[in-house]
Amino acid sequence: MTPKVVLVTGVSRFVGAHLASRLAADPEIDRVLGVDTLPPPRTLLRGMGRAEFVRADIRNPLIAKVIRGAEVDTVVHTSLSAHPAQSGGRVAMKEMNVIGSMQLLAACQRSPKVSRFVLKSTTAVYGCSPRDPAVFTESMAPKAMPSGGYAKDAAEIEGYVRGFGRCRPDVSVAVLRMANFVGPRIETSLTKYFSLPIVPTVLGYDARMQLLHSEDALAVLERACRSELSGVFNVGAQGVLLLSQAIRRAGRVELSVPGALVGPVSQFFRGTRLLDFTPDQMRFLNFGRVVDTERLRNEFGFTPRWTTVQAFDDFVQGRQLRPVIPAARVRAVERGVLAAARALR
Amino acid sequence: MPQARVIPLYSDHGKHGDHGKAVMRRPEPRVRVPVEATDGLPGARVVPCPAPAEEAPRWELDGGQVNRSGWEEQLADLLAFLRRRLTGDYGVDEFGFDPDLTDHVVMAILWPLYERWFRVDAIGLSNVPDSGGALVVANHSGTLPIDGLMTMVALRRCHPAGRHLRALGADLVFSIPMIGSMSRKVGVTLACNPDAERLLNAGELVGVWPEGFKGVGKPFRERYKLQRFGRGGFVSAAMRTGVPIIPCSIVGAEEIYPMIADLKPLARLFGLPYFPVTPLFPLFGLLGAVPLPSKWYIEFGEPIRTDRYEPADADDPMLVFNVTDQVRETIQQTLYRLLSLRRNAFIG
Repeated sequence: MTPKVVLVTGVSRFVGAHLASRLAADPEIDRVLGVDTLPPPRTLLRGMGRAEFVRADIRNPLIAKVIRGAEVDTVVHTSLSAHPAQSGGRVAMKEMNVIGSMQLLAACQRSPKVSRFVLKSTTAVYGCSPRDPAVFTESMAPKAMPSGGYAKDAAEIEGYVRGFGRCRPDVSVAVLRMANFVGPRIETSLTKYFSLPIVPTVLGYDARMQLLHSEDALAVLERACRSELSGVFNVGAQGVLLLSQAIRRAGRVELSVPGALVGPVSQFFRGTRLLDFTPDQMRFLNFGRVVDTERLRNEFGFTPRWTTVQAFDDFVQGRQLRPVIPAARVRAVERGVLAAARALR
Repeated sequence: MPQARVIPLYSDHGKHGDHGKAVMRRPEPRVRVPVEATDGLPGARVVPCPAPAEEAPRWELDGGQVNRSGWEEQLADLLAFLRRRLTGDYGVDEFGFDPDLTDHVVMAILWPLYERWFRVDAIGLSNVPDSGGALVVANHSGTLPIDGLMTMVALRRCHPAGRHLRALGADLVFSIPMIGSMSRKVGVTLACNPDAERLLNAGELVGVWPEGFKGVGKPFRERYKLQRFGRGGFVSAAMRTGVPIIPCSIVGAEEIYPMIADLKPLARLFGLPYFPVTPLFPLFGLLGAVPLPSKWYIEFGEPIRTDRYEPADADDPMLVFNVTDQVRETIQQTLYRLLSLRRNAFIG
């Protein structure tokens, strides 16, 4: 099914903007409306083509008028924010995430034309702890409800979306729980982290990371707009990278910080504005998270084009990160030692 | 008068009828008896252990006496390994298992402990299938879970197919820094049904120690007495996936750190399940970390098939309890038999 009028929230950020431009490129879709509180930056606006920008706050009931007035039939909610610093503090972030989503859902519930709702959620809803099974499937619930931050917001929003789905059984609802994004174009806290020449980690922990290439993320969201499949789907690339392994692949130097010093060190990085990790992101860097993507591949019918390792390598190459320890140098040393050994014989 | 329980000392009755004065048929530690020559003694089969040089990765941390070209090849392997580690060019599965590190570092460190210190005799390795899923269920003892590591070494280095044992560990393991991340790298994952079934469905060899802390942290006077076997979760995992259960009996691990007392208040303070007092720990500090050189036997028993059951049977508690008891009894009987064959805990 091709939607006629699509509304995309969070359009002034990477995922929303690129999704809007992908949808706008399809002539079968009549209108693409992008909603956000701030206009998209010029770099993003350039690619958006005929997509229309509506400056509106989804916390405001005005959004109902937009949805009803434009006869929107498909709503893609991508505006979940993970960074308190970007959204003006944790309180504002929670307000924007949770209250904004509630308003949006209330508007959708009132509008009879809406027949499809897609939520961009996150695998962070599974939490992060040493007591978790190695791989999460969609049916698993976290051991403990995420205590705060982005993960808690996402879990609460998913709850409201489930409620909306019950009230409006005629609307097909897809919840996409997405792994952490990397890619040559996207800027996230994780890509900033791996761009540091010396990467701080917590001593004694090594996270299993499952990543998702940003292009795959966009492709999944676009496909979700066009399909009528309801349900919850984990979205992540095949395979796993360990944090230490990723740092080595990027040619960075790992600096293991003992647990007692993690506080001051993260304070320092926050002060220099190089990095800002929330507590749940810190937990992710300690324990990591892997989800099962069988439903995505078999039911949803999408196989990510990049594996985790390929996505990470694409990010490293695309950013042209200058490795501190170049792989070519390591190989040269290896050859040199072997040649010396041969000479000794 | 209640009937006394007869514990068979030998799995073949009649052949060695001299039960009163048990004739020791100890497996010779140095002379490896080939499989064919044991004239059908299923219990006491000693599978020849290939020399470490054939089976193991070509370079070893302790490898010394080799000819020159071999020496050069070892250097090349070592350098290639270091290059892979430095550039992150190795594979890790979704459980965090790092075969490259396990084979080249962990196994190389554990092998001298296995071969020289504990002089482990792995018996009945042919009961472990060469491929496909199977669940190894073993007794747990020794204050520190060294028995799990030795079982891993036995299956990787002495089994003809060189199988990796994917052990299931308690959640405490994963919350300890260093230990937790290292455990994942050697293939350990959390002891829970989703993880176990996922590994078994993928055709992996999974190892479980259902006694858990009750077994590994029991006082020395209760040695070789099996504790409660968990809640039978391992049986339901095997039934759902239809893989055989291989009972594994480990003799020797009880003596490595004989636990004479348990300091409960200190254990509570550190959040540990027990705080052991052994003859050397904490009296002699770090020296207490050296395990006593007991002689070990690891016997893998006849597989117990579960593919006759329906997956729905895994939800029948009575059936699960029965199979759990069957596995437990098998291990307990094998332990008694191995113990009766052993003359001395340290010489064998």
